[in-house]
Amino acid sequence: MIYLDNAATSWPKAPGVAESITRFINEVGANPGRSGHRLSIKAARMVSDVRARTAELFGASDPLRVVFTHNITHAINIALQGLLRPGDHVVTSSVDHNSMIRPLNSLALSGITFTAVTCQPDGSLDPAAIHAAIKPETAMIALTHASNVLGALLPINRIGAIAREHDLLFLVDTASTAGCVPIDMQTDNIDLLAFTGHKALLGPTGTGGLIISPHIDPSMIKPVFQGGTGSRSASETQPPFLPDLLECGTINTTGLAGLGAALVWINETGVGHIQQTCRKQARFLLEQFMATEGVSVFGPVDTTMRTATISFTISNLSPSRAGQLLDERYGIMCRIGLHCAPRAHTTAGTFPEGTIRFSPGVFTTQDELAKAVHAVRSLAEEFSR
Amino acid sequence: MSEQSVILFPTSAHVMHAEKLFNDAGISCRLVPVPRHLSSDCGICLVISRQESTDARVLLEAMHVEYDALADMDCM
Repeated sequence: MIYLDNAATSWPKAPGVAESITRFINEVGANPGRSGHRLSIKAARMVSDVRARTAELFGASDPLRVVFTHNITHAINIALQGLLRPGDHVVTSSVDHNSMIRPLNSLALSGITFTAVTCQPDGSLDPAAIHAAIKPETAMIALTHASNVLGALLPINRIGAIAREHDLLFLVDTASTAGCVPIDMQTDNIDLLAFTGHKALLGPTGTGGLIISPHIDPSMIKPVFQGGTGSRSASETQPPFLPDLLECGTINTTGLAGLGAALVWINETGVGHIQQTCRKQARFLLEQFMATEGVSVFGPVDTTMRTATISFTISNLSPSRAGQLLDERYGIMCRIGLHCAPRAHTTAGTFPEGTIRFSPGVFTTQDELAKAVHAVRSLAEEFSR
Repeated sequence: MSEQSVILFPTSAHVMHAEKLFNDAGISCRLVPVPRHLSSDCGICLVISRQESTDARVLLEAMHVEYDALADMDCM
């Protein structure tokens, strides 16, 4: 079996993740912040450690501004619904995922408008196009760091500078990049960084969060969820301070125990090193596919401008049938279709049928990639007749 | 720690963050449940030596860590 669906969720997870989860369940298990007994304190210490590691990974200055959520979609919703007001305008991109586009479409019913700047067919984006889309009522630039379909990296450093120059909030969806592309909230001028724990961060599903820069006063944020926090228990309204303002209800301690172990591994390995591995994988797949008759590849050719997620199609073979054959005949797990990003496919010209998406991970071997290429070539040849 | 001060924080996340800062700075501290007569919160607080309370206060303020109260144990 060859797993090439790491853009959906990474597998295998980082060394130590499963053991850390097991240890937490067997030896700790308690609820942090709700009690003062030793197990509750152990749980709180573990969560605090993960908060600090997360802040460090993204160059965030204050761990208390790391808010844990159950996934990145929750984080994006908290940011958009919490900070935008009727009359506001948002600039996003045409390669953004439905986790961004659907909340924005929903907010349009509340008088919040948005412009999705059209990227190039390979997913690349000229920052000047973002600049041109800014209106007097623009309040936020909100976009993905990389297309989950095309692999294209968006120039968040330059866009962050534009946001700062125009005094706009800057929200970045790092679902495709956290853990495999270096990100620094301070140098990239990111005000709101949404992350997921289960993709390139190599942790379990059910983990993620939103990091809020010191530029944002928590009193500006209207919480989407309200409830128990273990703090200010005498009050029947939501506490005004972070992280509790946005982190109510019992958090996923079991998942965070796993994420913590993953962050230790990523820190020891180095995001830069992981990025180099991904670039080699991307280069190999791109070179092989571009040299294969009957295979069309999408996304940037320059591996410094992309992640290792590669979308392609095979002539005379629908993506859905290709996915089935890759699984049944060759044991290759990948994702086909629209990848929850219809605008990205419209941008690339692959809507509505979509593409076949190979997304290797840091643990994917060269041998596995070579076998996957061989499988694609065999299908391309078979269906060319 | 015969004469002690207690520091109350808004959340357990603040307590844990402060504990790490104190440990890194060599200020010895101890986590205890918030005494019921001090607060209705169901969480934890830090107890430090009264002699180190000024250092603790300076450190928390320098690191912009919010706290609700820092007082001698017998005054609260």
